[in-house]
Formats: sequence, structure tokens, C-alpha cells
Amino acid sequence: MATQTLNRATLGTSTSPAVRQPHRKMSAGKVAAVIVAAVIAVLWLVPFAWATVTAFKSETDAASPKINWIPPSGFTADAFVKVFQDGNIPLWTWNSLYTSAAITAVTLVISSLVAYALSRIDFKGRKVLMTVIIASIIVPPPVLIIPLFYQMLALHMIDTSWAIILPQVIHPAMVFVLKKFFDQIPRELEEAAVMDGASRMRIFTQIILPLSRPILAAVAIFVFIGAWNNFLWPFIATNDPSLLTLPVGLQTIKSAYGIQYAQNMASALLAALPLILVFLFFQRQIIKGVATTGLAGT
Amino acid sequence: MSSSLTARRSPGSRVSSPAARGSRDSVTRNNLSGWGFAAPFLAFFLVFLVWPIVYGIYMSLTGKSLTGANDSLIGFANYAEAFVDADMWRSLGNTLYFTVISTVPLVLVALVMAALLNVGLPAQWLWRLSYFAPYLLASTVVSLFFTWMYNPQLGLINDALSKIGIPKIAWLNDPNVAMWAIVIATLWWTVGFNFLLYLAAMQNIPAQHYEAASLDGAGAWRQLFSITLPQLVPTTVMIVLLQVLASLKIFDQVYQMTAGGPGGSTRPVVQYIFETGFTGYRLGYSAAISYIFFGLIVLVSAIQFVITRRRSA
Repeated sequence: MATQTLNRATLGTSTSPAVRQPHRKMSAGKVAAVIVAAVIAVLWLVPFAWATVTAFKSETDAASPKINWIPPSGFTADAFVKVFQDGNIPLWTWNSLYTSAAITAVTLVISSLVAYALSRIDFKGRKVLMTVIIASIIVPPPVLIIPLFYQMLALHMIDTSWAIILPQVIHPAMVFVLKKFFDQIPRELEEAAVMDGASRMRIFTQIILPLSRPILAAVAIFVFIGAWNNFLWPFIATNDPSLLTLPVGLQTIKSAYGIQYAQNMASALLAALPLILVFLFFQRQIIKGVATTGLAGT
Repeated sequence: MSSSLTARRSPGSRVSSPAARGSRDSVTRNNLSGWGFAAPFLAFFLVFLVWPIVYGIYMSLTGKSLTGANDSLIGFANYAEAFVDADMWRSLGNTLYFTVISTVPLVLVALVMAALLNVGLPAQWLWRLSYFAPYLLASTVVSLFFTWMYNPQLGLINDALSKIGIPKIAWLNDPNVAMWAIVIATLWWTVGFNFLLYLAAMQNIPAQHYEAASLDGAGAWRQLFSITLPQLVPTTVMIVLLQVLASLKIFDQVYQMTAGGPGGSTRPVVQYIFETGFTGYRLGYSAAISYIFFGLIVLVSAIQFVITRRRSA
């Protein structure tokens, strides 16, 4: 039921469905659409299904050249048990979780503060600052890996969580998204508070932020998914196995397990699980978040 | 107080009300609080974005290496070397090739997916989940899935193809096929993002347009081609440009699935930057290639800017 609002919107019509399908012909078209959509959906679900089946096989069955959706010697959770005993997946999940949470929290705080200033305060240099921040959207992160690595080396941060977190908190596009949202909040709402002599910080925390929950959630989701899945920078910033994030850790497992197909798939599924669960619970917010922040640039 | 608020309302005309005029205090206060609110972001921005950009340019002009060799300035020698470096050109070529052949399906399939759902299928959440879920996976997970499915002997894909009489394909080991294998994996992984952008754009098309069309007797196909698609042109331009910029940055899935092989046939420029810096230890040279790549991105962004400007003008 949580998806109902969006469902209606997704149909592209806010009025009764009858308006959209006045002709009987439509239903034939609809059947065709369902069939095509289903074929695509099956193609899109096959990798998940095949990985799951493989993960529940014995290594012998998994390595069999005959494709078996139902393994001859039955399903087993051996691969999961082995991966879990190995202990790395839970540790790396935790590393991913707290670094992504930290990145998201810091991003939200510093971006909303600067966005508020750009939206509401008429200070000298405001336009220049805005231009510089917007211009910086085009800087592709891979360009910075060499100087950032060297900088982290100089700061003695390589192989610490700081190296993973700090450079990932700058999201100029998200500043822009927040500023645009703040711009739309009517000034009248603040005026009473100003009369009462409220400070800027008070207005920001008591009036602006509570009104901005949807956009803050959208930005948080976008930043969190990005941080959770980032590979290149954490891969460069850490070598210490106890600090690896999930994506980087998995890369090492792949070479370590070699041809242990069931274990490979079991670790991949365990790594995929947290975000899939989060998605199932917050589907509507995630979809809205991606749609509202997505076009602002990645 | 309220007058200074009014003044803030219209940046650029600081003295929009008599009370604020000449109120130096409030101007100073604004400057202080403005920069105060900007300060935390600015600190990170300067240290972890601006400084690396500037320092990277300096590095690209030195012979700096991870082994601590030559730190001194060598002018544009790195750039001169890069321009005659066949490996650099090849990696740039691979990047552009991937960008061209990946952008088309990543936009078209997303459009088809969104158009299908826009018809008003039952169980919307199920379709959205299946199309979008892969986007939530880390590149490593995607690479593990597809390396397994592409396995020449045990893989699901070759098995399915053999059933319709297509001989085994060495997906990730054939230089002629490997890049396409990566495109297919990338399509599966990221098309859901473009799909959501299209879906959001479609739901913004006013319902009255469809109502009017139905009254005129336009069927679903007619409505798709006469209303939906024309209204999606600006969104399509945006999605194509965002996709091009995203595809140019390709690294993760290539590195994880083929490590750039076979024979360098899939190695993108970001991997070349990574390798010259961290396995070849030539930080200065690597920085120079980074800035050549940056130049390419700026060029594409400039084209985007011109196109979107022209569209909105």
C-alpha cells in the first residue's frame, strides 16, 4: 500500500483509469505490454536466481558442466556457512555501513549549511561561491585519485577509515539540489521567527530543516548508495584487510576462492542483501530520491 | 530585522528597503553568517577537491614517482610523452568505444521499460523492483554474477545459446567480444537508473494531454508517439549526456571482469591512470594522463552546456 501514491503518479494520470483506456483495443495492447515487460523482468531476475541457486549447491554440483537448476545432490547451505566462518563478510559489511553512514551524515550537515547560506543569506561573494560549486560538478573523481592518494600519504591517512570517508563528503550537485529546494520555502515562514529575534542557526534548524525532510532524505539515500557501492577510491585508500569495505573486500575474495563457485556466489549474495533489504523497506523513498536528485548530475 | 530579511530576499540588490539602506551592521552580519554557514563545506571543498586539482596539475609537470625519485619540474614532458603513447591512445579509444556502444542500449532499453510501465501494468512495484534492483549492487557483486554466467564451460549464457544452436563464445577471453560482454553486464546493472528518470519524467506529463487525445480518438500507440515521446525530448537529452559522462568514467566492472584484457582490448583510460600510477609508480605521468582525460570530460560537458542552453533558449 505504501507504493500507492507513486503507482498512481506512475501511470501518468491523476484521474480515473477509465480516461486512459476508453477503447477496448487498449486491453490487447496492455496484454502485449505485460508480456514484453515480463520477458524483460525475467531476463533481469535471472542473474539473481542463478547466483542464488549456485550459492545453495555443493562445490561439486556448482562445478558440473551440466546446467542444473536443481542440483543432483540437493541444496545445501555449506557455502554460506564457509563464507560466514571466514568472518570477512560481516566485518566488511560493518566497515561499509559505518563509512557510508559517516559520509552521508557529514555530507548532509555541510551541504545543507552551505545551501542555506546560498539560498537565504545575501553575503559578499555569494555568487562567486555558487559558480565555483556548480562548476566543480564536472570534476570526475577518477581524475583526483593520484593527487588525493599522494595527499593522504602526506597526511598519514592511508590505511585509515578517514581516507575512505573524508574525500567522499563533497557533493557539489547535492548542494545545488538542496539550495533549489530551500529557494522554494516561502520567506513568510521565517519572518515571525525573525521578529522574535531568532538567530540564523535557529531559523535553519527549527524552520528550514524540518520543512526539508523529503529532500534531505533523497540526498541521504543518493549519497549512501553511492558511498556503499564506491569501489575505486576505497580500493586505493586501504590495503589493511580489516578496513576494507564490502566491494573492495569481495574483489580480494574472488581471487582467493578461485574456482569455488558456490562460495563466490554466496559472498556476492550476502554482500547484495543489505541494500536489497533496505530497498524493499524504503522503495518509495529510494525511487523518489533517485528521480529527484538523479538529474542533478552524479 | 524584518527589513534585512527582505533585503536578503533579493540578492544583488542589498538595499531594497529604506531601513536596510546604510545599515552597515546588517551587511557585516550577513557576510559573517554567510561565510560562517559555508565554512564547513568550504573547508572540505578546498582540502579534498580544490587542492588535489591544483596539486595534480603540479604533479603532472614533475617526474614524481612512488619510489621517491625525481620530484623536480620537467615541464610538459609528461604530456608530450602521453601524446605519443600508443597505450594511452588505445585506452582512450576503448573508453570512447565503450561510451558509444553502451549509451545507445542504456537509453533505449530504459525508455522501453518506462513506456511499458506507463501503460499502467498491475503490480507496479514488482516491475520496478526487477528493473531497478541491480542498480543497488556494488560493481563487485555484478562482476561476480556475470563472470559466473559468462564462464565458457559452465556458464548459463553459453548453455542457453547452445540450445538455439549457437556455438560456445569465450565471452571475456575473446578480444572481439569482451567489450560487448561488459556492455551487457553494465546494461543489466545500471539501466534501472535511467529507467527511473524516464518514469519520473513520464509521470510529469499532464494527464489532460492524454484526456484530450483520447477524446480525439487517439489510441495507446498514437498517444505514445504524439504525446509521450515528444514531451520526453528534453529528458532524453539530459539522460544521454549524463550517460555519456558516466560511461566515460568506466573502470570498476572492466577491472573486475577482464582486468582490461584480453590483450588490453577492454582497458579503459581510468585503468591506465591507475596502472601507471600504482603499478608503474609513475605518479607524475599518471597525473598528466588524468588531466588529458579531464580535458575530454570538460569538452563533453561544454557540448552538453551548449546543447541544453540552446534547448532552453
